[in-house]
Amino acid sequence: MENYRRNKRKSRIYWVIASLLAVLYLIISVMPFVFMVLNSFKEKFEMLTKGVFNLPDSLNFANYTEVLTGGFGRYFFNSVVVLGISLVLLLFISACASYPLARFKFKMAGPIYAGIVACMSIPIHITLIPVFKMSRATGLYDSIWALIGPYIAFAVPISVFILTSFMKEIPREIEESAEIDGCGKIQMFFSIILPLAKPGLATLAIYNGVNMWNEFSFAYTLTQSSENRTLPLAIWEFQGQYSMNTPMIMSVLTLTLLPMIIMFIIFQDKLVKGMTAGAVKG
Amino acid sequence: MGGKEISLGEIRQRNTRKVAALFLTPIAILLAVYIVYPIIDTFITSTYQWNGISAAKKFIGIGNWKTLLADSNFWIAFRNNVVIMVLSICIQMPIGLALATFLDFGGKKLTIFKVIWFIPLLMSSVAIGFLFTYALATNGGLVSTVSSWFGGGNIDLLGNPKTALLTVVVVMCWQFTPFYMVYFMAAFTNIPYDVFEAARIDGATRGQYFWKIAFPLLVPSIKSAAILSMVGSLKYFDLVYVMTGGGPGTSTELMATYMYKQSFSTFNMGYGSAIAGGMFILISMVSLITMKILNRNEEA
Repeated sequence: MENYRRNKRKSRIYWVIASLLAVLYLIISVMPFVFMVLNSFKEKFEMLTKGVFNLPDSLNFANYTEVLTGGFGRYFFNSVVVLGISLVLLLFISACASYPLARFKFKMAGPIYAGIVACMSIPIHITLIPVFKMSRATGLYDSIWALIGPYIAFAVPISVFILTSFMKEIPREIEESAEIDGCGKIQMFFSIILPLAKPGLATLAIYNGVNMWNEFSFAYTLTQSSENRTLPLAIWEFQGQYSMNTPMIMSVLTLTLLPMIIMFIIFQDKLVKGMTAGAVKG
Repeated sequence: MGGKEISLGEIRQRNTRKVAALFLTPIAILLAVYIVYPIIDTFITSTYQWNGISAAKKFIGIGNWKTLLADSNFWIAFRNNVVIMVLSICIQMPIGLALATFLDFGGKKLTIFKVIWFIPLLMSSVAIGFLFTYALATNGGLVSTVSSWFGGGNIDLLGNPKTALLTVVVVMCWQFTPFYMVYFMAAFTNIPYDVFEAARIDGATRGQYFWKIAFPLLVPSIKSAAILSMVGSLKYFDLVYVMTGGGPGTSTELMATYMYKQSFSTFNMGYGSAIAGGMFILISMVSLITMKILNRNEEA
């Protein structure tokens, strides 16, 4: 009993220490955001004269209105268009590829699957120069359309990886009874497999959506003029314009983070799970 | 009768193959155009001296590759990638695991912690790069301000070659630790609750439960997280490019930033292709070797 009580006290002390560390990490996580939001409301020189931790003199939305009227909408619109088209095509192409790999028995299924999954570890930088050359040759360079191809291509391997294992879980009986009713393989895909794979597709949409929304390397290389750039590059463009105006940059950053925060509030656990979908044990 | 059955099966098999080919065509075209062809083309371009725009292209064989092997900047970049890889694994994974364990022990009432800890992962690397560039600015940045409270002067963490790489690593850890937290939380939920209950009934403390029961069950997840982290660290680009551009000097240069600058800033695309090719070979080797080692341990 004595021993038990001692253990209990010890464990309580450990828990207090753990909680203190947890709060410390909370502060570490949140501090940069406090810095960002707080200073985004300040005027240009207010930050330098009064210090970074002081509350702004007033809730000054001037930075935000200037950013929003300064072309921010254009970047946002470009990002939405690229994301929408890429996601739809990506989901369709990976569903098409996963269907035979998960449900058919044929000799090449194994090697083809291995080949697609192997593409997961390929660094995008090895394709950067050739894709740059291709987009110039096809006239797609410096338009948002240049981004769609590479975005889908680099998202497809992991999507097939996730979706194939998801489609394998669909019970065979459903397929068999449909086959008896005279359902062909193509019709089977559209009327049975695709609807049943919806939860898997939702996970893929979240995982790839976040990555595409934040993508930088291709967007930076394949577009040039500011009216054709996506949201991650908006910061870049505004920085060129207002490099010494830290509060202005902070309001740009706050605005780019805002859509993600809103999505996070709406979807919460789904988003958290979707974002780690790529990490399912391989 | 028998002969007819065989041919029926054959027809079915042929039909299956036909449909499979139809469904696999889009992905085949996509991967051929955007991944397979570019890889081949990169190796071809690497045998030329070329600025990427003009028609003047000079074949120099393995000249670029010879330069690459002797290029100390490339090897410094590779070393920096390895430093980032090792530090990322040593910092992000233990903290991520600790946070996940805390949330697992604490239960639902700690959701607010989970939500706030997760937020850095929502921000793009570019935005984080800019945010920290300003937060770490010599004049009016977070660190300098805190240091001046204690009577210290301004601290220039990113401008000092000795501290720049470490600072970048800290920012990366700030960004990616929540990923490992969520990842290990998922691994915790795979441990049946009965196991925890049984351990508690047998009188195990939480610490004993963690070290003797949960941790061994988490080892496979830790292994695959390590592979993810390794491959990710070798490909790293965005954050470093935004924060330091590889500088000061070569102190934070990575393979990807070096490749990018050679190709698109100094327009030395032949040599840039050689760097990209070298990067590709090194990454493939590292991932093959680690997977071999980890799989062998699993069998033993």
